[in-house]
Amino acid sequence: MAEIRIDVRGETCPVPLVEMRKALRRAQPGDIVEIIGTHPASQKEIPMAVEALSLELLSVEGTPNDWTIRIRR
Amino acid sequence: MADRTTIVVASGDMDKLYSALIIATGSLSMGMDVSLYFTFWGLERLKKGGLEKGPLSKMHMLGLGKLFMLSRMKKAHVATLERLMRDFKELGGKIIACEMTMEIMGVSRQSLREDLIDEYGAVGAYIHDARQSSITLFI
Repeated sequence: MAEIRIDVRGETCPVPLVEMRKALRRAQPGDIVEIIGTHPASQKEIPMAVEALSLELLSVEGTPNDWTIRIRR
Repeated sequence: MADRTTIVVASGDMDKLYSALIIATGSLSMGMDVSLYFTFWGLERLKKGGLEKGPLSKMHMLGLGKLFMLSRMKKAHVATLERLMRDFKELGGKIIACEMTMEIMGVSRQSLREDLIDEYGAVGAYIHDARQSSITLFI
């Protein structure tokens, strides 16, 4: 199982959400996608997207201005 | 079947194109299908070299307002419309061009970015997708 890391620090809406989706499409089932970012709204909307996509949210860490989110496809 | 967002893009204004493409890429990112129906001034933005050419809907001020807005957006790292359009197509978004607009405004297929367009249609094409959509917007 692979681990894919996406760095969207400094990027604003909707880029973190879109890059998350692109990475998940590239990932195989079971792979882990880790996203690091600094846009506060994205920290809230990425978990919403994970739920909508019926995927597993492993963790949300950090602060609204500096966060790491891990998702299992 | 995935849920769908269908948006009529009737305006060619830059800020409204941003609204449409951000909602569209956001919908795709959250697992929905998306149709964008380009009509009237919106269709101008599908012309070759036309995507970034729209004026601001307010405070355009002969282009000065737009330049100011673009510099603020660049500082804030806002993606360009070209990038959003690329992401939209990469995530499987569908574009419909209004044939009636093409006819009345004398727009040929050759003058449009045909690589982006999935379908040429009329109101029926919009209704077909809109009736299966939980989100429909007119921008």
